[in-house]
Amino acid sequence: MPIQIEHLTHTYMPGSPFSAVALRDISLTIEDGELIGLLGHTGSGKTTLVQHLNGLIKPTEGKVIVDGLDLTAKETSLLEVRRKVGLVFQYPEYQLFEETVAKDIAFGPKNLGLSDEEIDQRVRTAMEKVGLDYDEIADRSPFDLSGGQMRRVAIAGVLAMQPKVLVLDEPTAGLDPAGRRSILEMIRQLHAAGGLTVIMVSHSMDDISTLATRLIVMSKGELALTGTPREVFCQRELMASIGLGVPQAAELAYQLREAGFELPDDLYTCDEMYNAILKLAGKEAGVC
Amino acid sequence: MLRDITLGQYMPGNTVVHRLDPRTKILLTIVYIAMIFCVSSPVWYVIPLAYLFLCSKLSGITFGQLLKAIKPLRFLLIITFVLNLFFSSGSTVWLEWGILKITKEGLMTAIHFSMRLVFLVAGTSVLTLTTSPIALCDGIEVLLKPLSKIGFPSHELAMMMTIALRFIPTLIEEADKIMKAQMARGADFESGNLFKRAKAMVPLLVPLFVSAFRRAGELAMAMEARCYHGGEGRTRMRVLRFTQNDLYAALVSVAALVLTILCGALIK
Repeated sequence: MPIQIEHLTHTYMPGSPFSAVALRDISLTIEDGELIGLLGHTGSGKTTLVQHLNGLIKPTEGKVIVDGLDLTAKETSLLEVRRKVGLVFQYPEYQLFEETVAKDIAFGPKNLGLSDEEIDQRVRTAMEKVGLDYDEIADRSPFDLSGGQMRRVAIAGVLAMQPKVLVLDEPTAGLDPAGRRSILEMIRQLHAAGGLTVIMVSHSMDDISTLATRLIVMSKGELALTGTPREVFCQRELMASIGLGVPQAAELAYQLREAGFELPDDLYTCDEMYNAILKLAGKEAGVC
Repeated sequence: MLRDITLGQYMPGNTVVHRLDPRTKILLTIVYIAMIFCVSSPVWYVIPLAYLFLCSKLSGITFGQLLKAIKPLRFLLIITFVLNLFFSSGSTVWLEWGILKITKEGLMTAIHFSMRLVFLVAGTSVLTLTTSPIALCDGIEVLLKPLSKIGFPSHELAMMMTIALRFIPTLIEEADKIMKAQMARGADFESGNLFKRAKAMVPLLVPLFVSAFRRAGELAMAMEARCYHGGEGRTRMRVLRFTQNDLYAALVSVAALVLTILCGALIK
């Protein structure tokens, strides 16, 4: 179920003195099974864009079509769209409200009107997917958990809707390095299990460089660049002009090239960089 | 959807009235209220009317804006008018159906009381239209200071008001975010009967309360980290000062009050 966005423009509070254009003429297609990294500076319109994907906000102009459903059409059922596209907000742990973890995760499926057995089954599956132990945690209050665990509960709450597209807005924000790594690993596994399109908003290049199959870069409400991580990260100047960096490995490669070392210009992961430097060191040693 | 709520009605400006000391404006509002209650017959509302006209000229606030403040009160106004019209006692009967009768005195009372309401609201809204909420809090704090001798927490009260005002926009933004997050999980805030809708608010209110308490704790910590320890010995960044204009405003207002009392007493 591809997502098609056609000439999408969004203006906040149009016609008032406070009107502000958040998105300008965005067109793009997201295919099934992609893992998209959505990059951009603060205020570049990333969050506004992802909120269009399940109809939380409506385009001022243009169209958003998810799996053949036109979100701008009046007769489209928003519940149906929200079942298909799961959206995990920034700091999702702040939206937990139920007495127990299991009840909170069940909130989404309940709104879909499923049977109790089905809901229970979905809660168990969702908790397993995010790496939480059902027997240990299901009956505890979500407010007693650690920050990382709360975030997993919140993500499970969206996964329990069994969406075809999972959108995560800065899923690693505010976590410690260990929590960050484990959330990223969880996202990788969710995607690897198949059948799920993942769109991940981030401004950490290092988080996204190893995960994403394709990157979309936004700047000031417009689509600045799209392509594989390799294609995007070798455009260091363009990225810098948008106010974004490149992964640390790509930056190191750039600095070394500037200093006169012969390195290929499309390196961006740590492993590639490691190998390239070893090779270089071997060559230099040979010369000496 | 929640962003449409406007907070207070302060109209930023830089006129003589805007620049008056908030203490002056609060006290003169009390003088104005006294003036309204001293008006003895509807005719003498010309004095507060002239006073309001002067305020409007000096502050750049139009009568339209003043009347806007009365709009929410329209039902109360109608009820006041109707009740006074039909149920006042009087000797000059004009019309009578059963227990309902309209008398000349009744009509006068109805007009008098409705006018009183209109003038009260319109006049006090000059205060809120020209004074920022923060300045109002400052003014109230200083005016209540003498009461702290008998243990009234004037500084704490003003600080609480200031903090509450500052956090209203933050909470609105937060509520909007949580609402969207729950809607993404299929929550429905917009349909169903009253009971259903009230129940649908739970997923919004619980996280909102949790985050408000979290914020309150963080704010208290941050204030203590900067050595906040209540009002004692605390100096202010903007010290309130009376100017010549405050004196003139006070003279004009008191003169208007005296005039109203005299008119009521001398001319029956």
